[in-house]
Amino acid sequence: MSKANEIAINLKQNLLSKIETRIKVNADNEGAYLSKMRKKAMEEFDKLGFPTIKLESWRKTNLKTFLERDYNIEAINKPLNSKEADTTLMCESNKYDTDLYTQFNGQWMKGAEGVTTYENGTIVCPMSIAIIAFPDLIEAHLGKYATDSNNALTALNTADFSEGYFVYVPDNIEHNRSLQMVNLIDSKDGIFANMRNLVIVGKNSKLRMLHCDDSVSNNTSFINNITEISIADGAKLDFYKLQNKDNESAVISSTFVKQGADSNFASNTIILNGGLVKNDTKVILNGRGANTDVIGLYLMDGHQFVDNHVHITHAVSNCTSKQLFKGIVDEFARSVFNGHTLVAKDAQQTIAYQNNNNIQLTKTSKIDTNPFLEIYADDVKCSHGATVGQLDTAALFYIKQRGICERNAKMLLMLAFVGEVIDKIELPNLRASMAELVGKRLKGELSSCDQCSITCAEPDKPIQFEIDMSKV
Amino acid sequence: MLEIKNLHVSVEGKEILSGLDLTVNAGEVHAIMGPNGTGKSTLASVIAGNDAYEVTSGEIIYQGKNLLDLSIEDRAREGFFLGFQYPVEIPGVSMTNFMRTAIDEIREYRGQKPLTAGEFLKYMKEKKELVEMHAKLNNRSVNQGFSGGEKKKNEIFQMAMLEPTLSFLDETDSGLDIDALRIVAKGVTALKSDKNATVVITHYQRLLDYIVPDFVHVMYDGKIVKTGDRALALELEEKGYDWIKEELEAKK
Ligand SMILES: Nc1ncnc2c1ncn2[C@@H]1O[C@H](COP(=O)(O)OP(=O)(O)OP(=O)(O)O)[C@@H](O)[C@H]1O
Ligand SMILES: [Mg+2]
Repeated sequence: MSKANEIAINLKQNLLSKIETRIKVNADNEGAYLSKMRKKAMEEFDKLGFPTIKLESWRKTNLKTFLERDYNIEAINKPLNSKEADTTLMCESNKYDTDLYTQFNGQWMKGAEGVTTYENGTIVCPMSIAIIAFPDLIEAHLGKYATDSNNALTALNTADFSEGYFVYVPDNIEHNRSLQMVNLIDSKDGIFANMRNLVIVGKNSKLRMLHCDDSVSNNTSFINNITEISIADGAKLDFYKLQNKDNESAVISSTFVKQGADSNFASNTIILNGGLVKNDTKVILNGRGANTDVIGLYLMDGHQFVDNHVHITHAVSNCTSKQLFKGIVDEFARSVFNGHTLVAKDAQQTIAYQNNNNIQLTKTSKIDTNPFLEIYADDVKCSHGATVGQLDTAALFYIKQRGICERNAKMLLMLAFVGEVIDKIELPNLRASMAELVGKRLKGELSSCDQCSITCAEPDKPIQFEIDMSKV
Repeated sequence: MLEIKNLHVSVEGKEILSGLDLTVNAGEVHAIMGPNGTGKSTLASVIAGNDAYEVTSGEIIYQGKNLLDLSIEDRAREGFFLGFQYPVEIPGVSMTNFMRTAIDEIREYRGQKPLTAGEFLKYMKEKKELVEMHAKLNNRSVNQGFSGGEKKKNEIFQMAMLEPTLSFLDETDSGLDIDALRIVAKGVTALKSDKNATVVITHYQRLLDYIVPDFVHVMYDGKIVKTGDRALALELEEKGYDWIKEELEAKK
């Protein structure tokens, strides 16, 4: 047996024994319901083991090289030292105009470590606290949406998670402060962590969130996070996800959503960087008139890998869904898109749209795209499409003829290509910042401080392509 | 200003320009006419630096520099402008950002300090008025959804913005209504000075009523075969190209 292989096998065994001990120790705190769920999940994970490319749903996504590394599965529970706490304190001023809740190497930063209760009744707190403080809500929702039972990583997460965020908006509340949940990893410890988030948006309520998966330095880490989301009848959740991980990081970020009647979910995932990034978004449209938009953007280079998997189930009639992912793939990077829209037999009058467009900058990069419709109803409007192309040479010639260098000509075309996704961001500050980050990313000018979405540095001068006519 | 000597150009092994000579001096206006497919657009493209074409021999000297050594963008920064026969649509790139980027880069190349946003917008407004262009076009993507005439006007607008030394306008008059033609011609005339030069490629002598050329060239089979003054354009309009072909045959 090779050394690497041995490491991976030990990882599984270490996780199992850690989980077993934890379940025993925590049995009293967590309540019987959760202990039972964890135990069952542990058995599932034991049986399934880490996913391999032999499984259909993991065929294109090989975790092997990331699993065969030395991880410390306890590192996530290590309290922050004061110096670390100071470093992140600097970042408190953030430019997105959001309420910031930061987890740094798994530990909650000052101001986010307790229960935050807004005047309107909205609650934000660490998952570890929610389990104890809000057992009814937890029992009603936790584990109810992340139900893909044959996914070993979901099972592992349920069995092992200790931290994450909990967000609750009561019925009939328009929460006007955007919540920014940052999961920042900057550690030499080789963090391997399962994190679990839960977001509950009550009837006719509105919430906007920015979820950030960040890491700063090139240290090995493996983060498996799951966000379960319940959007009640008439409610709306905007869920922006910004991922800016270093090349040695793996992040598996799964989002499970259940939507009630006339509800709205708008998910916009922007992936700037990452060694291995896998986003699974599974949405069940469970009430008439619900709408879901799952869109995103990925910019990969080097030997990076990204896999976006979107699964939308139209369980009932009169719902609409849209999937749009756009990607620019450079050098030796690889991207995978799997879009699956399932329209159940009685889900008449469904409108569903799926699209994945890619620009492949080099022959050595690789793009896999599989938009897929599975339709059992007969009165539906569904369409899907995928493209893989290069930058338009006629346009490049035209742009350069006006005195613009090759690099900027390409930049204009690439920014134009991704603009469709960025323009959908409703928060003006966030939209401008994203456009700036994406611009910098494409120019290869994303500095180490930008790597972190809670940028504390002065925002740079606006990039030259952006003149907003409306502001002049 | 521009001296082209014995230019041979091929694409995919097929020779399109076969020994073309052309000299353009500052302050001059030239017209190039000729049947479809004789290589007029190819000539303009090669001067601009389009690498789809291979220059197999000959030279292009522009303001004392070997133009063939320069990149596409450096030729533009040195003052060469091509008004495209088929302007390219660029979805998602606004006219404003496009022109701003171009002007910034050209000014930097020339060692001029960048325009502030305010100065730039004022400058753009002036040029827009010159070509009577509607304000709303600026916030739209470059050429996207523009009508044929709007695209051509947009070429002249860009020419006005970039203030080139040497412009090739490739059938900028095609598809224009009488008013648009007048505006385009007015733009070209307004930009004319004794320091710059313009070459118009056209099929119609009516453009030459507005933009009076010093020389009219006839291009045939990848070469300039005849050069005259404005009267030559009138003669071509009246008689077509057959007599030119006959003249050429007779010479052989
Ligand atoms: N990229 C190319 N690949 C192959 N053939 C080309 C290419 N560009 C031009 N040609 C050919 O070269 C010849 C000259 O074309 P060009 O466009 O220069 O003609 P033109 O004189 O501008 O014609 P028109 O008056 O119709 O605009 C044509 O036969 C054309 O098909
Ligand atoms: Mg032509």
